[in-house]
Amino acid sequence: MTTTTASTAQRLPVRTDSDVVKVRQLVRTLAQQARLSLVDQTKLVTAASELARNTLVYGGGGEAEVELVTDGARTGVRALFADEGPGIPDLDLALTDGWTSGSGLGLGLSGSRRLVQHFSIDTAPGAGTRVEIATWSR
Amino acid sequence: MSSDGVPILKIGTTLLVSIQVDLQDDTALRLQEDLAERITSTGARGVIIDISGLEIVDSFIGRMLASVAAISHVLDATTVVVGMRPAVAITMVELGLSLGEVRTALDVERGLALLAPEERSAEDVLLAAAEREER
Repeated sequence: MTTTTASTAQRLPVRTDSDVVKVRQLVRTLAQQARLSLVDQTKLVTAASELARNTLVYGGGGEAEVELVTDGARTGVRALFADEGPGIPDLDLALTDGWTSGSGLGLGLSGSRRLVQHFSIDTAPGAGTRVEIATWSR
Repeated sequence: MSSDGVPILKIGTTLLVSIQVDLQDDTALRLQEDLAERITSTGARGVIIDISGLEIVDSFIGRMLASVAAISHVLDATTVVVGMRPAVAITMVELGLSLGEVRTALDVERGLALLAPEERSAEDVLLAAAEREER
């Protein structure tokens, strides 16, 4: 993506249930500033909620970084979720609908990928997990 | 917010829950327990959960709603989820989240109608017919 940052990235800790709510609220605020449609806002916030919970539950806590970005005339929201947890040994499996290593529904990664325009993941066993998502105004 | 539960109102034999805050996971879990408790203590036959105040339903909240429906079913009550926003419905389907057996209605009024005894028997006939068709 050839993008430029349109705002200072805001960093939030993801260590508790209430942190997950704060991440949702920040993503919602920026999605409104980027003038995403209501459906795109809802999809992005839902994806952020899933990923922040993954960071908390599977990554043992971590950090979220959220910012407004621009690409020509378009404005978007980019969010990064990073943890220093155990990482994901089999990424293909983790991206399969219904697969879960824990008590969830197994929709977190695979489902949130469908909800956003950009999705990338960087993980290795023992090396933590970083997931980046972005959605642009249309 | 974390110290207050979600209020549960009793109207006749129906319990009404209106979720007006951005639910954090532990609050959602407590609501599930509180509802089971209240169904048993009041003998309620119906539960209406109004989610018109919810801006998102992610997999955790979705699972909570499905669990409440399953728990209330075991306790001889019917749960109806009402007021889902259109953008939330679209997002839930794309996420791959199904509410399973959960009954839904567009608003509280329609939810109450669904739970009314005379309506319920008509519903049962329709449901039984639908089940026969599925087989």
